[in-house]
Amino acid sequence: MSTITKPAATVSAALRRNKSSRPAWEEEPHPAAKIGKAAVLIMVVVAVLGPLYSIVLTSLSSQATITSAGGMVIVPGEISLDAYSQILNGGVVTRAVLVSVGVTVVGTLLSMVVSVLCAYGLSRPGSFAHTPLLFTLLLTMFFSAGMIPAFLLVSGLGLINTYWALILPSAISVFNIIILRGFFMGIDRGILDSARIDGASEWRILSQIVLPMSKAVTAVIALFYGVGYWNAFFNAVLYINDSAMNPLQVVLRSYVLQGVMIPGQIAVGQGAAPSLALQMAVLVVAVMPILMVYPLLQKHFTKGVMIGAVKG
Amino acid sequence: MTTSESTLTDSGVQAQAGRRPGRPDGAHQEDLSITRKRAGLRTRLRRDKSLVLMTLPAIALLLVFAYIPMLGNVVAFQDYSPFIGIPDSPFVGLDNFTRVLGDQGFWLAVTNTLVITAFQLVFFFPVPIVLALLLNSLLSPALRSTIQAIVYLPHFFSWVLVVSVFQQVLGGAGLLSQSLRAHGWQAMDIMTNPDTFLFLITSQAIWKDAGWGIIVFLAALSAVDQEQYEAAAVDGANRWRRMWHVTLPALRSVVILLLILRLGDALSVGFEQLILQRDAVGAQASEVLDTFVYYTGVRNGDWGYAAAAGLIKGLVSLALILGANKLAHLFGESGVYSKS
Repeated sequence: MSTITKPAATVSAALRRNKSSRPAWEEEPHPAAKIGKAAVLIMVVVAVLGPLYSIVLTSLSSQATITSAGGMVIVPGEISLDAYSQILNGGVVTRAVLVSVGVTVVGTLLSMVVSVLCAYGLSRPGSFAHTPLLFTLLLTMFFSAGMIPAFLLVSGLGLINTYWALILPSAISVFNIIILRGFFMGIDRGILDSARIDGASEWRILSQIVLPMSKAVTAVIALFYGVGYWNAFFNAVLYINDSAMNPLQVVLRSYVLQGVMIPGQIAVGQGAAPSLALQMAVLVVAVMPILMVYPLLQKHFTKGVMIGAVKG
Repeated sequence: MTTSESTLTDSGVQAQAGRRPGRPDGAHQEDLSITRKRAGLRTRLRRDKSLVLMTLPAIALLLVFAYIPMLGNVVAFQDYSPFIGIPDSPFVGLDNFTRVLGDQGFWLAVTNTLVITAFQLVFFFPVPIVLALLLNSLLSPALRSTIQAIVYLPHFFSWVLVVSVFQQVLGGAGLLSQSLRAHGWQAMDIMTNPDTFLFLITSQAIWKDAGWGIIVFLAALSAVDQEQYEAAAVDGANRWRRMWHVTLPALRSVVILLLILRLGDALSVGFEQLILQRDAVGAQASEVLDTFVYYTGVRNGDWGYAAAAGLIKGLVSLALILGANKLAHLFGESGVYSKS
């Protein structure tokens, strides 16, 4: 095995063993074992990326390519952007994208403000009402009221057919608050205490000391919230009856899973994109934001999750 | 005032320091704990009022959207009608519950839920462990983190997306049927076949979350002292014996904890995943407790009845969580909620 030893600095996560070559005491594995291991790993990677590849390719294919492939495209043929220009041309899908983006942005901001404040407020055991407040939070993890009372409440508050119904009921995740709190509790008390002695208020300590020190974990929690809002599907089924207000996931279901025709799809002829390409383009639009933020945050979330798991 | 205030604030540190006895300033903190006990409620309120204020938005949201609905479960004891409202709907005692418990549809949902949980425990639960062992044995850190990044990805996809992806691969017009047809065989639509539904939803769950599941196991594996492997190797233990005597014991407590968590969650099985596919495969194979509540309540308007079914589920789940935690303590594990 001639593996190049990398400098320790490039190995970022503490979770990883800092080992890049086989230790002297470890025996060389049987060639068959090596091949088997490689085969399994390749299968795993193909199982994840293969379908995504075919979906993206199909969304970019012309009718001729799709017809000759008999459906989903695996071998690249004629490339066409018709499907995207058609769905992003101001129709139902465009509006659904805007709804989803709006709900995700507003919801994530709200969730983050509320969660960070709550996590910091609970980060000092022994403070006033610490235990009852924490208990109020944790109790909701053990017993959930259920769908019917939640629905009756949202409709009783007059939130049916409002975007708030997609945000407020799921605005905070106690689990995320506990992760943040665990991280805040681990910050060196000395720094915070000296700021306090210097007369800084708790608000100032949070915004100027604690938050700048917690960029990675807050980014991860924001990702969790953002992905949650973007992916939320069932709350819209429950609370939104007006199809013009549907978020992207609901539109995705009706077009791809239920086979509802996309408006404009029937207009066969010049410039009309193939229906399969249209469906796949909606899928790609739904997954695109996740693929875009994923690489930025991927290196952090293992750490974030583990902090929660260890300290929670 | 400034002095006393800072002293009092410091005392909050004491609990923190108590968790880490090794701290050099531990002795100093010890003195301050006396101050904390002396601090009256009013002093502490004045000192901590901004901390309390900070928690209030979250507490308010929870009170409205988590606690008020708990009270809303009163409709389970009513013949509730949305036009009359909760105050005026007639109370019917336990009628809804006796109706639910005598309903075949309810028991079908219970059976399906438990079968799915059991099936996934056997076929889904071990997958992340095997994957983690496999990844852990890779020598190149770059390769390892690349594969990790790829297998974590589907965790962030919505269920609508995951089911759509599966439809494009295994559905009647999907890649599998396509290649079967191309080779002159009969196409098959796995997405609508109730007989294979258990396998289908389990493979969807594996595709989506098995990768994410390995994080915990990889962390446990990385905590193993490498010298243990070396010592075992020097003593003549081969690869398999090292795995049996060093690696697997290191995973034991994580495995037990996750099993117990799963047990506490036994009545919740991928609600969105199932409701998305209920139309395609039919209720017989796919009705679970959550979908039962949705269809009888929200769809058919039998509110009190559905709330009763939901309440039964909530209470049984609570009992399962408490029981599971007890079990964790019996196994000598710290459990889910013993501290903080």
